Amino acid sequence: MKPAQFEYHAPTDVGEAVRLLSALGENARLLAGGQSLMPMLNLRLARPEAIVDINRIAALAYHRLEDETLVIGALCRQRDIERDQEVLARCAAIADAVPLIGHIGIRNRGTVVGSLAHADPAAEWPVLAVLLDATLEVESAAGRRSIAAKDFFKGLFATDLRAGELVVEARFPLPPEGAGSAFIEVARRHGDFALGAAAAVVELAADGSVAAARLALGGFDSVPVRATPDPAVVATEVHPVDDVHAPAAYRSKLAETLARRALELAEQRARKADR
Amino acid sequence: MTWVGQRVARKEDLPLVTGTGTYVPDFNLPGTLEVAFVRSPFAHARITSIDTAEALAAEGVVAIFTGPDIRDKVHALVLDQEAAPPGLETAEPEIHPATIEILADGEVRHVGQAVVAVVADSRYHAEDAVDLVRIEYKELPAALDPEQARLPGAPIVFDNVPNNVQARYRIRVGDAAAALDAAEHRLAMTIRSQRIMAAPMETRGVLASTVGEETTVWSSTQIPWAVRNSIAGAIGVPQRQIRVQIAHMGGGFGQKVNVYPEEVLITYISRVLKCPVRWVEDRVENMIASGHARDQLHHVEAAFDAEGHITAVRDRFVLDSGVACPYPLSSAYNVASHFRSMYRIPNFAIDAECVLTHKMFNLPYRGAGRPEAAFVMDRVINAVAQELSLDPADVIRRNLIPDEEQPYRMRMPYRDGHEVVYDASGFPAAFDRLLELIGYEEHRRTQAQLRAQGVHRGIGLGTYVEGTGVGPFESGQLQVDSQGHVVIYSGCAPHGQGLDTTMSQVVADAFGITPADVVFRAGDTALLPYGVGTFASRSVVTAGAAIIESSNRLLTRIKAIAGEMLEMAPEDLEVGGGRVSVHGVPSRGVSFKEVYRAASPGPGARLPEGMDAGAAESFYWVPPTVTWGFGVVGAVVDVDPETGVVDVKKLVMLHDCGRVINPLIVEGQIEGGLVQGIGATLYEHVVYDESGQPRATTFLDYLLPTSAEVPEIVQEHLEGTPSDRNPLGVKGVGESGPISPPAAIANAIIDALSPLKIQLNELPLSPATVAAAIERAGG
Repeated sequence: MKPAQFEYHAPTDVGEAVRLLSALGENARLLAGGQSLMPMLNLRLARPEAIVDINRIAALAYHRLEDETLVIGALCRQRDIERDQEVLARCAAIADAVPLIGHIGIRNRGTVVGSLAHADPAAEWPVLAVLLDATLEVESAAGRRSIAAKDFFKGLFATDLRAGELVVEARFPLPPEGAGSAFIEVARRHGDFALGAAAAVVELAADGSVAAARLALGGFDSVPVRATPDPAVVATEVHPVDDVHAPAAYRSKLAETLARRALELAEQRARKADR
Repeated sequence: MTWVGQRVARKEDLPLVTGTGTYVPDFNLPGTLEVAFVRSPFAHARITSIDTAEALAAEGVVAIFTGPDIRDKVHALVLDQEAAPPGLETAEPEIHPATIEILADGEVRHVGQAVVAVVADSRYHAEDAVDLVRIEYKELPAALDPEQARLPGAPIVFDNVPNNVQARYRIRVGDAAAALDAAEHRLAMTIRSQRIMAAPMETRGVLASTVGEETTVWSSTQIPWAVRNSIAGAIGVPQRQIRVQIAHMGGGFGQKVNVYPEEVLITYISRVLKCPVRWVEDRVENMIASGHARDQLHHVEAAFDAEGHITAVRDRFVLDSGVACPYPLSSAYNVASHFRSMYRIPNFAIDAECVLTHKMFNLPYRGAGRPEAAFVMDRVINAVAQELSLDPADVIRRNLIPDEEQPYRMRMPYRDGHEVVYDASGFPAAFDRLLELIGYEEHRRTQAQLRAQGVHRGIGLGTYVEGTGVGPFESGQLQVDSQGHVVIYSGCAPHGQGLDTTMSQVVADAFGITPADVVFRAGDTALLPYGVGTFASRSVVTAGAAIIESSNRLLTRIKAIAGEMLEMAPEDLEVGGGRVSVHGVPSRGVSFKEVYRAASPGPGARLPEGMDAGAAESFYWVPPTVTWGFGVVGAVVDVDPETGVVDVKKLVMLHDCGRVINPLIVEGQIEGGLVQGIGATLYEHVVYDESGQPRATTFLDYLLPTSAEVPEIVQEHLEGTPSDRNPLGVKGVGESGPISPPAAIANAIIDALSPLKIQLNELPLSPATVAAAIERAGG
């Protein structure tokens, strides 16, 4: 369980990182928190010729609230979000989700953007990204572009990123005032990748009826899915598969259960003005 | 001050918990070469070619060994360590020795089997070269389902094992068939304990260093003497040329109770290359190439009356051995001898087969057949209650062996050939106390109301008995050293159990010193000529007996020597505080240091007439048979009936392990064992797919319970029945914890959903499994 040989680069600014990625092309992998890449290297499941370690790019280690948007730099650790009470108070779905990600040690190292770029469909941040219509800011030698979360996830561990591109920032528009949100998952053990997860945002009209609802599901398909916010139909919108932890049939039923629970909880919170 | 019975803090923990211990990978012998293996990617295949040329030319590679390279030089392990002893004839055992190949030669028989060993200057280079070895295979049909593998026409794993049935036995007590035919009520169930593994924190590892003719082997093993003997036999050298030692160990739990191919091969390579050679198992290797466990499928029937008295149980089961079941008596026969637990069941029949398949071999794992038996028996009891609409606690109580019938004879032999006769009593009282501690009556009163509020809470119960302290023997030696300390040499070596502290307490009391004045040494075949090892809840029972007997002999010896020095009769002397002195006159005495000098050979000796020099005594303890502990376990769970998610809120356990030497250590054993029981019940599963590929090869997929999955644990030691089968009055406790949680938790889930009358007969109880059971019951 030792990695195969690779070249190691540790740029200190985004420009240098982008130049390296451009020069190295398909042969390079980015290292941020390393919570997925390091095991894959050790298991020799990933054998890049070069690693570009961005942990020394201090300028990417930030997160901030810009009005109603949570802006997260590529080196922001998941634990930084977990410890930011102001952010948690602005979005219950994020507050629900972050403690479910692995364990504290994992969240101390693991980055939000790294989780998005890794694109595990059962991971929490990709589900939050499609729920909240996040955008990913990407830099390369060719310049900068924005990718909407719904266009970013292309398949199991596959994204819209091209060789030479670096996600520098993710932008999460938070639920509006008066809305409620929730994130619920079922995992075999605390901290495991979810058997399935559902996240919802519910907005109420002035008369108390539901004005708008959003639903996102994770672990039920090769990508996180933005589903119709109706538990009765979600099972038809996902394509779960069997694995050692649960058969597809279980997941189909779970999608319905979790969708209902997430929507109900988000609605309850909306009524209590708890976003 | 008496040390036995005190909560003495563990002496051995500082290096273990501060990262300063010395494990096999920590040794720093100059010039050590590291080994990595090419392992089979197929369950069953013929090897058509091996090309090592490119690998041999790679950076850092020193040598490469294949099966054909070592043919005729290193023999396969043929393990018949559990040939049936006299007394077991009525069980009609048929046991073929287990064959374990060192490197595959011509054929691979399971995914993970070692095919080629690459020796290099570092593990990195060795792994790089592993990628360059070219092997061509022709895949063959694999035997994967043990029920199919035992039928004619199935792929054969080893030609010398007809129909793949490596071992079988049968037990008949009374007439179960007649009782079933005559029964008022009967039921039949199919119950599976899944394949799991011990997953010790430290994987295996071997370092061999050869100087002249002698090779010293440091191995992470539970059985140093057997490893020595097997290595010597496999490579054809006298046992004296092989010295096996353990280093610090991070757990074993039975996975390290077998001799492994790597132990033999690393020794051989060190002797060929004349330098230190090491292999440290990585986690993936541990999951596919270290012993798995359990994997039993039971077909059980029970006969009972309208009150739930069970009159007969008849069981047939297969144990999926993988390529070998090296301990058929422990893994399979233990099932029979523990099956009826604390119950009075007059008619009992069981037929067992250990069936070879193309999977990793199957070893005893903490509990060794008992968790599997307890899961079947206490699921049966629960199903009887369900069938009759009785409270499960009432049905258990009605079947418990009453005190007046103890010592209860089970009318069948234990695996040592002696009849199973319980040397314990107080089953009903222990059970009543469990119900009291867990709040059973209160639960029955409030359960429906909680359910109406959406909380589906259940309590489940389980029982067990445990034969502990199995032979054949164990060794102990005691010595006063030049510092005046008392040194223990033990045939049992700990891999985390706290044996140093426990035995130091016993010896401290015997010599009137403190545990800090006692030195504990173990796990080295050069220390003692004979020894066995640490497994089967045996160390304190067997090594403890050997040590206390050695201790008595050494006391006699040092009193005799001190008597000579003091010119007093030995019976007028007493031992205490590191001195031997005259009764009532503490100032008139000699220190242990002085006794040591007087015991030394040569002109300075002061020995009684006719006594040899030396301040040491040894003893080999041969137990008359095992001694029986027992216990009861209750689980409180909440179940989410929509998702099948189970939340274990609490485990309560009461147990009898005879005299308790160190309550702190016993509680730790119980707690850890219960948590492993939770793992086996809810999480752990070694999954093979239909082509024989292991599907859970990292901790991402093989789920161990973590601290977050540990519920509230309540435990009580029963001050019941000190054993009269050993001089310390102790019973083993190491394996007690994991035996009953599977039954207790399953029964608790069933209780939580009692209106649905679900059945949970297959482990692990994942959310999907529970949800499927609910769906089957129409919930």
